[in-house]
Formats: sequence, structure tokens, C-alpha cells
Amino acid sequence: MALDSKIPSGPISDKWTNYKDHINLVNPANKRNIDIIVVGTGLAGGSAAATLAELGYNVKTFCFQDSPRRAHSIAAQGGINAAKNYQGDGDSTFRLFYDTIKGGDYRSREANVHRLAEVSTNIIDQCVMQGVPLAREYGGLLDNRSFGGTLVARTFYAKGQTGQQLLLGAYSAMNRQIGRGKIKSHTRHEMLDLVLVDGKARGIIARNLVTGEIERHSAHAVVIASGGYGNVFFLSTYAMGSNATAAWKIHKKGAFFANPCYTQIHPTCIPVSGDHQSKLTLMSESLRNDGRIWVPAKLEDAKAIREGKKKPADLSEAERDYYLERRYPSFGNLVPRDVASRAAKERCDAGFGVNKTGEAVYLDFAAAIQRYGKEQAYIKGLDANDAKLIIKLGAAVVANKYGNLFQMYEKIVDEDPYTTPMMIYPAVHYTMGGTWVDYNLQTTIPGCFSIGESNFSDHGANRLGASALMQGLADGYFVLPYTIGDYLAPDIKTGTISTDLPEFVEAEKKVKDQIDKFINNNGTHSVDYFHKKLGKIMWDKVGMARNAKGLTEAIEEIAALREEFYKDVKVPGTADSFNQELEKAGRVADFLELGELFAKDALHRNESCGGHFREEYQSEEGEAQRDDENFAYVAAWEYKGKPSDAVLHKEPLVFENIKLVTRSYK
Amino acid sequence: MKLTLKIWRQKNAKAEGKIVEYPLDGIEGDMSFLEMLDVLNEGLINKGEEPVSFDHDCREGICGTCSLFINGEAHGPDRGIPTCQLHMRMFKDGDVIFIEPFRAKAFPVIKDLVVDRSSFDRIQHAGGFISVNTSGNPVDANTIPVPKHDADRAFDAATCIGCGACVATCKNSSAMLFVAAKVSQFALLPQGRVEATERVLNMVNQMDAEGFGNCTNTGACEVECPKGISLENIARMNREYLSASLKG
Repeated sequence: MALDSKIPSGPISDKWTNYKDHINLVNPANKRNIDIIVVGTGLAGGSAAATLAELGYNVKTFCFQDSPRRAHSIAAQGGINAAKNYQGDGDSTFRLFYDTIKGGDYRSREANVHRLAEVSTNIIDQCVMQGVPLAREYGGLLDNRSFGGTLVARTFYAKGQTGQQLLLGAYSAMNRQIGRGKIKSHTRHEMLDLVLVDGKARGIIARNLVTGEIERHSAHAVVIASGGYGNVFFLSTYAMGSNATAAWKIHKKGAFFANPCYTQIHPTCIPVSGDHQSKLTLMSESLRNDGRIWVPAKLEDAKAIREGKKKPADLSEAERDYYLERRYPSFGNLVPRDVASRAAKERCDAGFGVNKTGEAVYLDFAAAIQRYGKEQAYIKGLDANDAKLIIKLGAAVVANKYGNLFQMYEKIVDEDPYTTPMMIYPAVHYTMGGTWVDYNLQTTIPGCFSIGESNFSDHGANRLGASALMQGLADGYFVLPYTIGDYLAPDIKTGTISTDLPEFVEAEKKVKDQIDKFINNNGTHSVDYFHKKLGKIMWDKVGMARNAKGLTEAIEEIAALREEFYKDVKVPGTADSFNQELEKAGRVADFLELGELFAKDALHRNESCGGHFREEYQSEEGEAQRDDENFAYVAAWEYKGKPSDAVLHKEPLVFENIKLVTRSYK
Repeated sequence: MKLTLKIWRQKNAKAEGKIVEYPLDGIEGDMSFLEMLDVLNEGLINKGEEPVSFDHDCREGICGTCSLFINGEAHGPDRGIPTCQLHMRMFKDGDVIFIEPFRAKAFPVIKDLVVDRSSFDRIQHAGGFISVNTSGNPVDANTIPVPKHDADRAFDAATCIGCGACVATCKNSSAMLFVAAKVSQFALLPQGRVEATERVLNMVNQMDAEGFGNCTNTGACEVECPKGISLENIARMNREYLSASLKG
């Protein structure tokens, strides 16, 4: 099967407009006869569900959480990009497009990214109309800040809770439609399979997580908005329940899975403290607006700090190595995430780490507190030479910007980040890879769409900060509602899809069999035992730096672990009740397949690009070396029974508007 | 450290529940409270017993999924955080810790420590929104300036995570703080003023229909709220409600 990306013809800036002008529309009366299932209620799923219901479709939403408001988009902290150019600093649609392509290390699809940049401004307008309280300046207009990989300030924010506020906006739009009966919301439900009828996606099998009942739901199209697969690493900044099951089930039913090896390791997370750790906590990238990252310049100082004999404040400026500012003078602390993460790993591997395990660097706000303090003293006409006053004023400004993050840090680490620098280390945070979709956001299964983090389309090999919220809402509010209409136009006479069709019966039986197998397995180890083992293989061999030997080993080890899991996993409780261990078992079973494909994809890609860093392919200075001649394509994998048998399909990436060059932030 | 846990176990919504005692050893101060429960559950599974069910998801204090009434306090002894950000360094060796679900008539128990908070969702369905469709032709976001002070107060109200600690804490099981937070957020913004009258009436009616109690101004909700939502919001909602009722 050849991949058809269905990119419209014409100049890049006209593609989306022309496309919208020429697609098939469904008239309002007919929309009432069409059902759409949306799996996942985060920014992408929530905004899509609300918009589709507003248009008149009958929408059914599914989420495993107890409320749509709890999807993990809620945890996004720093902000959302939009090419508004409110700051007059030279921003434009083209610049956002260019930054995103470059940030993704030239591994994303031009047409999709340009469309994203075009609709970015509408998102801000829409959210403000919904009552999302974005940060404002004293004049009452919206405020912006800077994020990594850009030279403009285009990030809109709501303190360190931007994801929460945007999600609550989408949730409120959903609530309005739920109140009108246009959305039927199924909470504490998990999709466990996709149902195909005549080759088209026509429904899902879902488990009611409270009663354990297996349910059949039909629709004319199914939208997957279930997020990313970072929990394959066990430890990550994802929520405990975040999983790849919906995405993996559609993959097994024929949706190609693209670029699984493109994973984002976020540079500023709170370091691991011990074996008991269940998750990692992000400290927003926005902190790099004001925080300076450093390690001791001398090995003996790093050692003394690790042993508790010295404190960071004991080191003079000359004894500190602000390694990002040193290596990348033009972007400094605001280099993209992949670059910052690798640089932290490089310093720590060289012995300069500053916590007990040697896997942490400093993020220091002392300079920002001084700068803001002096500014406030001038504004208020106070004494700018009063050191104590300056710190007090400066700390207040920092608290206003990042208060909740500082509080979070203090609760976890038990240290005050206002007076001593934060310790941070990279952690798994986002997956750029995901279900392959065409320009319409449709997967290789007709009628099955994939939006938000669960698809692969916009971020290439590395996502820029504040772009995930942008993509989720762009897909849900402004893209899918058009493209799905074009698909559904021929379906207006189909009528309701019966859930008594043999395809539903068969899919339901398979789901039940799998559940019974887990419950009756009587193994000896918990699900977490296997999940942690998988996570360790992934982090050690498929993590921030990869090589052919490690990847080959990882593939074998994951396959063996999967076999052991099915033989020896122990799932207590029953199938027909609330059973959290059973939920986890199904999710980890899917991660055990996905992890292997992930490693296989990383092994096949003989280049370094974005979040995919192969040690064999780097410059003398340790920068990633791309191979555009051989690897300027999307790797889309077709399921063939086992991850090792997956078949590779290539979608060549054509760059007509941006020249492929070595990505440099120096 | 060594602990004695006394945990509410209840098989399902209809079954009778009881407190069951579990001794637990090897807990470190750096663990979060939920990681302590993970350790307990891992041990229970290995012994062939059913683990304790509890709600949790983001484990970074923002999704509002975790609940737990710990030693008689919603989200435990620390302030300004939900249970997932509570760390074991708040406890000491030998402590006895009671762990119960959030209790309220409108929050029926599903299993063990897991409760059904869908009543909160239904209150939001009744009016927790501004009636705007996704627009193909939106108005520029800076067309209506909003005074920073108002925007900040709207934000403070909007940070509610919907966990239900206010209800669990309140002697009347009142949801006033939760409802007031949403009413306030929109009442403070020009975009939300248009529907302010219907919104407050509809949301308060639904709150009453769900079986939540009334507010008697004790203020325990504000103390236990992990996000520090202020009682001022209840005052604002009362004013909104009064003027809406007069407009009829």
C-alpha cells in the first residue's frame, strides 16, 4: 500500500484556504444523522468533541478519567504559541512555520505545519471568548513570553497552569454540548478495540471501568485523541493512567504507526530520588526565560557539592560553567529541548552532576531575582542599593510568574528554590511519533482519525515548547471539523450502524478473552514489576542516546520480557468490577509491543535528528548529524502480527519552502 | 519508617465498608503519600490479596483526581496541595494513619477509597460555560482589554482542580466553594457577564438537586482547598445569586 499524504496542490500559504473552499460539506439537517466517537478528552479530543457537537453531529466521548477535565493536557504548564505578533518583534505565520520545521529538525510535513501556524492565532481568539483567563499586562492586553528555539516572544500563558486553563476552556465548551444532549460523555470508560465494517472504522469496544461491563458503541467515524506513549518508559512526566492502548489497537487494525523513536526528553524535570519513584515532575520550560543553567566548572567542586561539603552559593561566577550560554551564545538557555537535554547529559556523564546520583544540573534564579528587584525598585522609587529589599522585590516578581512551580519543587525536593538553585535533569515528556495521518488527519483506516499528540504530523523529530497545546487545539477546533466533514459527506444516507453486526460480536469476544486470560493467569509478579523492567530497558538503551548494539539488545530483551509477562503476570480481582490492576495489565501489554517497535524504528534510522540521537552519528562537537539523502522520510510501520515483523513504508518529505540546512542554535 | 495504616475497605457501592489495619515498613520521607500506598499495594498483590483502590492520575497536583481523607483532613496534614503532593516526611516513625474516602451524599463510594464525583460535572453542564461556538471568523483577542486585576482574580478562581476537598471537609457537605469558583471566574470577565444571570441560577439549582448542603460560613473549605480558592468567591456568588433572583 502506497502512502498518500493528500497534500493539496498550490502555494503553501494558499493550500488550507483552497482546501476548505473545495471540500464536501454536510448540510446541517444531515449532521443530525451522523454519529462520531471521540476517544480522549484532552485539548484535542475535548475541543474536537465540542466543535463537532456545535456543528450538529451526535458525539460520544470516552475517557478513562472520572471527568473529561482531568485529561493530562491539564498538566501542561508553560504556554501556547501563536503568531499574533502582539509584541511587534517580527513574528509572522511564516516565522512560526519556519521555527517549527527547524525545531523539528526537518522531519515534519511542510503543509501540515504551515496550516498549524495559520490557525494558531484563531486559537487565542477562541479561548479568550470562552473566558480562559490568559495572563495580561497592566494595560489589559494579553502578555507573552519566550520559549525555546525561537527569537520572538509568541507564547501566551496563564502562570504555570496554561494547560489547565485551556483544557477547562475546552471542557466548558463540551459541558455546554453535554447539557444540550449533543455530546454523550462516557467517563471511566476505556476503549479496548476498534471495530471495522467493510474496511471502515464504525465503532469501538469499551470497558466500563466501574462495572467491568464490555460495551459496543457504533459511529460513522472514530477519532482517536488519546495522547502519547511516553509511559512506555515507566518513569515520565505523563499521568499514571496515560497509555497507548487506543492508538495501539487501531495500529493492530491497520493504522500505520509513524516515527515511534521520536520522543522528547524534557531538560528541566525534578531528578529521580529513589527506587520507589512512580513519576517525574516537570519544571516548565518557561523557567528558562529567567533561570540560568550551570554546573561547576571544576570536577573537584562538583564532587564537593555531591558530598555535601560545598553549597552552590559558595562558587563564584568564575567557578561556574553556564554551559548552554557557552556552547550556544545566540539562543543561550533557550535552546530547544533536545539540545538542552543532551547538553545536560553530556556534563553529567563527564562527572559534573550536582546531586547525590550525579544526575542533575542547576537552574538558578539569583540573577533574575536581582534584575527584577532592581527594576521594581526603580518603578517604585525605592533604594536600588538595598540588597535585602532587591531580593524581596525580585522574589515577588518571580513568584508571580512561576509561583506554583516553585511551590511544587519545594514540596517534592524539600528545598527553597528562591534561595538555592533548583536541581533538574531530563525526563521523558512527549512523543512526536504516533499514528500516521494524511493532511486530513485520517489514518490509513478510512473513517479513523487521529489528532493531537496521538498523531505524528506536526513536530518532526523534536517539538518546540508551547507547541503541543497549539497543535491539540488547532486539530480539534479548526482542522478536524473541516476534514471529517469531507469524509462524512457520502455517509448521510447510511443510517445508524447496528452494534449487532458480526464485526462487533467478534471484536467484543476478543476483548473478553484477553481480560479472562489476565484474570486467570495466576502468575507471580504484579503488572508494575514488568512495567518497571520495560522502562529500565527503554531508558538505558532507547533513551537520550542510542547505539546499534544497545538497540539490538533492547529489541531482544523486550520480546523476552513480553513473553515472561504473559506467562507470569498476576492480576488480582475480577473482570466484572472496578479493577485498577486489570486496567494496567492491558496497557502494559500494549507498551510491551510498542516498545519493541520503538527500538526497531530507532535502529533502522541511521542518523541523528531531534530527539533521536544515535551516538554513531554526531559531529566532533557532539551535535546531531542528520542524513537528508537517506532519511528525509516519515517511517510508517504496518502491523503484521509481531513488532519484529512490522513492515516499513516511507513517506518522502518534500521541502519546497524551507531549505534543508544543518540546524544550528550557536 | 514504620507505620500502621487504617484504611477504609469497601467492595463496591452497595457493600458495607470497614476500616482494615495494615502494618507497613520501609517507608522513606522522600516518598509521596501515593507512592507509600503503591508500596502497600505491591505487597498485597504479592501476598495474593486485593490491592487498595484509590483515585490518582497526574501525581503533580493539577488533575484533581486524587482525594483521600487522611487523619481526618482532606488531602492530609499539609496545606496548599492535594494528596499526590503530600510527602511522607510530614509523618514520623510509628505513626498511625487513618485513610478514608471523601465522604458526602453527592459523592457515593465506588470502591475502597474511590468515590463518584460526577455530580460536579453535572453542575458544570448546567452553566459552567460561555455560550460561544468555535468561530470561523473570530474577533481578535485584544479587542476587549481586561484589567489585569480582574484577569488575575478570574485566574485565581479558575485554578480550582475540582477535587472535592471543599465538600469532603464541609460539615454540611456543601459545594459552594466549587460552584462559586466557576461563577466568579466568568462573572469577573467581560466575556462572561452576558450570561451571568442564568449561569448562577442554573448552577446553584443543579448543586441543590445533587444533594449538596448549604454554606454556613465556617470556612473549612478554604483552609483545606489545595489551590487556595478564597471564600471571597462565595460572597461574590451570593451577590450574583441575589441580583439574579431579583431580576427573576
